[in-house]
Amino acid sequence: MKMKLATLALGAVMAAGPAMAELVFPSLSYRTGPYAAGGIPFADGYADYFTLLNERDGGIGGEMIEVPECETAYNTEKGVECYEATKDLGSLVYQPLSTGITYQLIPKITADGIPMLTSGLGRTSAKNGAVFPWVFNFPANYWDGASVAIKHIIEEEGGDISGKKIALVYHNSAYGKEPIRTLEKLSEKHGYELTLQAVDHPGQEQKSQWLQIRRERPDYVIMYGWGVMNQVAIQEAVNIRFPMENFIGIWWSGSENDVKPAGDGAHGYKALTFHNLGDDYPLYDDLKKHVFDKDLAAGSGDQHGTAIYNRGLYAAMLVAEAAKTAQEIHDTSKITPAMMRDGMEALEMTEEKMESLGLPRFGPEFKVSCENHGGNGYAAIGQWDAKAGEWKLVTDYMQSDQEIVQPLIEADSMAYAEENGITPGCN
Amino acid sequence: MFYREAGDFKTSYPKDSQTFPIKLDRFGFFAVLFIGFAIIPFVLNDYWVNSVFLPFLIYAIAAIGLNLLVGYCGQVSLGTGGFMAVGAYACYKLMTGLDIWIGGVEYALPPINIVFSVILAGLITAIVGVLFGLPSLRIKGFYLAVATLAAQFFLVWLFNKWSWAYNYSSSGQINAPERSVFGVPVTGSNTEPWAVYLFCLVFLTVLALIARNLTRGSIGRKWMAIRDMDIAAEIIGVDPLKAKLSAFAVSSFFIGIAGALFFSVYLGAVEVGEVFGINKSFLVLFMVIIGGLGSIFGAFAGAAFLVLLPVFLKNTLVGGLGWPTDLAAHLEFMIVGGLIITFLILEPHGLAQLWRIIKEKLRLWPFPH
Repeated sequence: MKMKLATLALGAVMAAGPAMAELVFPSLSYRTGPYAAGGIPFADGYADYFTLLNERDGGIGGEMIEVPECETAYNTEKGVECYEATKDLGSLVYQPLSTGITYQLIPKITADGIPMLTSGLGRTSAKNGAVFPWVFNFPANYWDGASVAIKHIIEEEGGDISGKKIALVYHNSAYGKEPIRTLEKLSEKHGYELTLQAVDHPGQEQKSQWLQIRRERPDYVIMYGWGVMNQVAIQEAVNIRFPMENFIGIWWSGSENDVKPAGDGAHGYKALTFHNLGDDYPLYDDLKKHVFDKDLAAGSGDQHGTAIYNRGLYAAMLVAEAAKTAQEIHDTSKITPAMMRDGMEALEMTEEKMESLGLPRFGPEFKVSCENHGGNGYAAIGQWDAKAGEWKLVTDYMQSDQEIVQPLIEADSMAYAEENGITPGCN
Repeated sequence: MFYREAGDFKTSYPKDSQTFPIKLDRFGFFAVLFIGFAIIPFVLNDYWVNSVFLPFLIYAIAAIGLNLLVGYCGQVSLGTGGFMAVGAYACYKLMTGLDIWIGGVEYALPPINIVFSVILAGLITAIVGVLFGLPSLRIKGFYLAVATLAAQFFLVWLFNKWSWAYNYSSSGQINAPERSVFGVPVTGSNTEPWAVYLFCLVFLTVLALIARNLTRGSIGRKWMAIRDMDIAAEIIGVDPLKAKLSAFAVSSFFIGIAGALFFSVYLGAVEVGEVFGINKSFLVLFMVIIGGLGSIFGAFAGAAFLVLLPVFLKNTLVGGLGWPTDLAAHLEFMIVGGLIITFLILEPHGLAQLWRIIKEKLRLWPFPH
């Protein structure tokens, strides 16, 4: 039985053998499980952008793009399997969209020499490229998110939040725990009172946390949730009549899928974002012409223009631009993962560049360097309009409190370097 | 004709009571060992070791451990994930240098060699297992299952909450630093496929031999007596306290080692709620049930079945037939679930029973009565 299965599996692997495309951007997606509400739009956006490049421009620099997809279900074991299955296809960059899988892959990609981009997720201290040469997390990270949320609250309160109560509702995992230290440091600086409410995976059961919130009556609630946890939290907040404009989610808690189940009650809910929302961009016209109308859209095609779909587009756009940069630096269209890394480290996103791509004012401007793999930490606040059924940006892009965030990144990355015997350095 | 004990004469008692009394079994056993130790390491690549062999070897250890408790001693346990977490975190603390705080003063042990870290992690899990096994002296069956379920949830909660256990890291994750055996790295990122494979295989082989011999000896007989009828066992002189607690200890020792290897060698980074959740407990229990309760071979067969089948299905449906990944993932659930149900209806005693029937038929073949 065992041998027979093994032989069959071997046959299947052989049959699946590498179709050598020139540029491979694997997509470790999750279209199943409790986090699929976020995984599906992201994977669709990621795939559609590359399909557009293939259809409209004939790939990047004349090289066609392949996007092999592998289902992880947000599960670390399947994530490892997917990584091993795709890494020999010539994969240029990984974007796992899962902090757990990111932690898993950091040592592996470093050993194998394949870059990884974790925009707005993953290990925050990877911003320090001197310690994490292969990991990038531009344009913003979790600690930036926490800091910008506090900044917004300070603005709302007219400059002083001492004595205010802020509760953090977080996914009880590496992801959710990331902002705690930043929020604690910020509370020392601004004098607010922080309470923590952990929600266990997958997050369908939150009655006790929200009862506690109802009892303690915090002035603001910040949420670090993902997948089904977001929908449940927003519904619970509606149930206890928490004022929605005082409820701020991180960018992973700010998609249409999260607010729609709560109906009109979710009106006024806020969420951070590090890129713009909506589908009013020239790029969408191209997408419609070259992808949607030709029936080439990934998935069921019902996510276009949603917040996380846009993030998938943005993620694909960033690595596509990095690939272009790499092609320029090395003067070859056939880039290797190591060249891709150089391209990512030399990436510069400017307003002109985004405009020429059909995405004017879509994301912040930033320039990557070896010392800074994480951009400048700009994020804005979007607010859900339940009547219109869309997200609207209500603030400008604000920079996070670098005084607080930067020393934390320095300390955490140095601790990692020491633990793993890495000599930090930029060459 | 091919499989028989006729003509296989024993001239001494030790020979008669050896582990594999039939020559063909013995031959098969050594052949499997030879393939495992001398052939597979040379043909391995990263994909095979990380998606097939490591999970298979490690789950086999866990399944043997749980089989000792559930299959041989009859004590139902749903705490496997929690006990694996104990093994993982114990191994992490030992391999990074255990720090003990007494009265605000830190006493730090130097990092312990990975081999001993894993074994000690097993011993620590054994102690924890005995503690959570205490209720088994008073309650049985479903009620015991619920008590061990409490262990599962408590332990996962503990390792999420207790920052000492994850060395106060801000993310609550534990990461295995690079550690080597005889100069060959077996944890961390710069490992060779054959090294991690052999490392786990050595543990599995030794533990499987221990398990096999334990179950053939007096301890195993006591466990089985308790399983079959505890009152009768007590009357004939089996001490239920010792038998049940020793079953919990040995079983947890195995499971702890599996957890330690799972974290340090296989995954390298662990988030307790996600990796050692209730799903893990059920997965290992399914392995034991599908493989066959009360059979060491069954533990291997069950682990192989539940590790290989999803990988095989994924590769066939997505890689071979080019189906969308989400459709394949959903179908995978349905096929695996369907197979489990069909299988348990057709052969309730698991894969091990199937194997026994085949052997029985082969003994008579080609002249069945």
